[in-house]
Amino acid sequence: MSVTTEQVRKTLARRYRAEKRFKAYGICAISIGLLALLLLFTDIIGKGYRAFYEYSVALQITFDPESLEIDDPRDLEQLQYGNYEAVVREALKARFPGVEGREDRRALTALVSTAAGYRLREMLENKPELLGQTHTLWLQLDDDADMFLKSSEAKRKTARLSDQQQTWVLELEQSNEVRAGFNHSLFTRGDSREPEQAGILGAILGSFFTMLVTLALSFPIGVAAAVYLEEFAPKNRFTDFIEVNINNLAAVPSIIFGLLGLAVFIGLFGMPRSVPLVGGLVLTLMTLPTIIISSRAAIKAVPPSIRQAAMGLGASKMQVVLQFVLPLALPGMLTGGIIGMAQALGETAPLLMIGMVAFIVELPTGAMDAATVLPVQVFLWASSPEQSFVTMTSAAIMVLMTFLITMNTLAVVMRKRLERRW
Amino acid sequence: MKNTHKLVLAAALALSSVPAMARDTVSIVGSSTVYPFATVVAERFGRNTSFPTPKIESTGSGGGLKLFCQGVGTQHPDITNASRRMKQSEFELCKSNGVKDITEVQIGYDGLVVANSVKGPDLDISLRDLYLAMAKDVPNPNGTEELVANPYKTWKDVNPALPNVKIEVVGPPPTSGTRDSFNELGVEGGCKTFPWLKAMKGQDKSKYKSVCRSIREDGHYIEAGENDNLIIQKLESSPNILGVFGFSFLDQNRSIVKAVKIKGVSPNMETVGSGEYPMARSMYFYVKKAHVGVIPGIQEYVKEFTHDRTWGDEGYLADKGLIPSPKTERMKWAENAKSLNSMTGKEFE
Repeated sequence: MSVTTEQVRKTLARRYRAEKRFKAYGICAISIGLLALLLLFTDIIGKGYRAFYEYSVALQITFDPESLEIDDPRDLEQLQYGNYEAVVREALKARFPGVEGREDRRALTALVSTAAGYRLREMLENKPELLGQTHTLWLQLDDDADMFLKSSEAKRKTARLSDQQQTWVLELEQSNEVRAGFNHSLFTRGDSREPEQAGILGAILGSFFTMLVTLALSFPIGVAAAVYLEEFAPKNRFTDFIEVNINNLAAVPSIIFGLLGLAVFIGLFGMPRSVPLVGGLVLTLMTLPTIIISSRAAIKAVPPSIRQAAMGLGASKMQVVLQFVLPLALPGMLTGGIIGMAQALGETAPLLMIGMVAFIVELPTGAMDAATVLPVQVFLWASSPEQSFVTMTSAAIMVLMTFLITMNTLAVVMRKRLERRW
Repeated sequence: MKNTHKLVLAAALALSSVPAMARDTVSIVGSSTVYPFATVVAERFGRNTSFPTPKIESTGSGGGLKLFCQGVGTQHPDITNASRRMKQSEFELCKSNGVKDITEVQIGYDGLVVANSVKGPDLDISLRDLYLAMAKDVPNPNGTEELVANPYKTWKDVNPALPNVKIEVVGPPPTSGTRDSFNELGVEGGCKTFPWLKAMKGQDKSKYKSVCRSIREDGHYIEAGENDNLIIQKLESSPNILGVFGFSFLDQNRSIVKAVKIKGVSPNMETVGSGEYPMARSMYFYVKKAHVGVIPGIQEYVKEFTHDRTWGDEGYLADKGLIPSPKTERMKWAENAKSLNSMTGKEFE
């Protein structure tokens, strides 16, 4: 045995141990990350799942012309000002005949959501012949009663209902006059200050239009800039300067882009506040550096031999770029684009400056309608005083997460599928 | 290349719905304290009338007034909410930008509460206790007229009648309007009870402000971010901590937190409305008269807001935690809103 082998033998055990430790550090790091993720998900899902169903109560509703103050349901004016609450009140009175006194009646009526009235109006508008008829309808409960039913026994004691209201709700629960169903309004409505009527469709549409504008602008501009810088631009001080600036912009805090958007798009060009078009423009500025950098990396990864071969066969520079380099670099560019979009989807700070942090009930129909976006909706709900908005916030986060996970998965899948190896 | 075509097409589609710059939705900006009330009114207004629901941005009182005073024209907001009165300087700014006719409406009050968990002890403190517990510099405990860095560690140190627990108060950060109110109404309110500190106001106003409105930074006051729900959660988990937030949050979370009495007065609709409870601020909104008749629905929205079923004692805003003004006051402001009287500038005297 030589001296060297002897030495190696001696240190071998120690080197193995060091390697094991090294691996253990890595596993530790990953476990901490996974644990954090697990905590986050259990917390959010644990709070949020309850927002996806809601309780409603069965009531014998009589569309009584007298209490509704409507004699012709085809008259829109009359429908508009109909006294639908009175009908709900009557139905509750019939269900709980013993309840007397103004305060008690008020407490009883407060159990049913104000959405019930709007629903009755809609029904009457669609089917005028309902006037005068009696039907058993499932009407949404108010958020406090809804929260009470969703809470566990122990938590019910601390609910926001008075003792009397609790006995009424418990009575309804025991006689199976309340039931849980899917919370449709969550996915079909815009924002509301009543938790049981609030939905995220407005925010989803707002995010969609904003992303559309961002994608339509940032991807072509970003790719064009990257192609020029990589393939055509001369290497000199000036292009170096541009490169430094692009890298710099990628690290600028996003609120600065919001300030820029406020000054330029709203101040200078006179565009309206709170619209997805301006939001999209601001987010374009924000995502451009990301897209340029990733596109340049993708173009760089295309081996020079391909360019040389094409040129050797007589292709012009433009033909080389359009027919060989771009198709090969496209998977990388798309991945960068999707990651940029995902980043833009989760952004709130710059939108604060251009007025997209707003209470908007109506669903936006285009990029010029006032709208808000998903993360802003999370922020707005998180700062609302009503307890039910805590669950709504988590539900909105779950929806946002679903979109983000989908987009990032798409990026990974696309890279795997389209990737070429040389 | 096909992809590029598709993208251009998508962009064209997205932009094709661009209407003229005219606006048919009322645009409202302003205070985050008024936001929860204004949004309720806006939503009801949108549902019960043929007008679209007004758009309400939460920009803070100062930010809202700045936007509001930017000028006349559809790109500028029609109404701004404020959790304090407009300042002279803001009125001047408005005037210099052509916003000359402004109608002021007082909405009601928002009480500022100090609260603890329902599992914690029932507390009754005075504003002076609050000042001594919270201020950065306090009068020397030996009674001389000099300021020392706040030496108090427990509530018992401040006032022997209070429990022997560490002073820990969670509240909003300095950027928040609620924090301003806490400093002005709570801490300064207690500061003023020392005659020699009160006398300082006449001699050296800036020193008085820095003494009476500074909060200690040695860990006894904990900043919780702008989110009042977080403060509620903290109080729930630790019964010995006190929290500072707006009355509407107390009202919505009575099963979790309870208010600390200030000199025997607990905050409720009556005590805040009458001014008996010391920590309350009035809330306002301002209407740009030049936009009335141009943007549809402004007058109708104001009418809905100033209706008794909205801001009255039995109104739906009271259910959301608004503390109504006394009836005579309300009638005066409703009248003012109806006839759209302009501010004269005398309001600031």
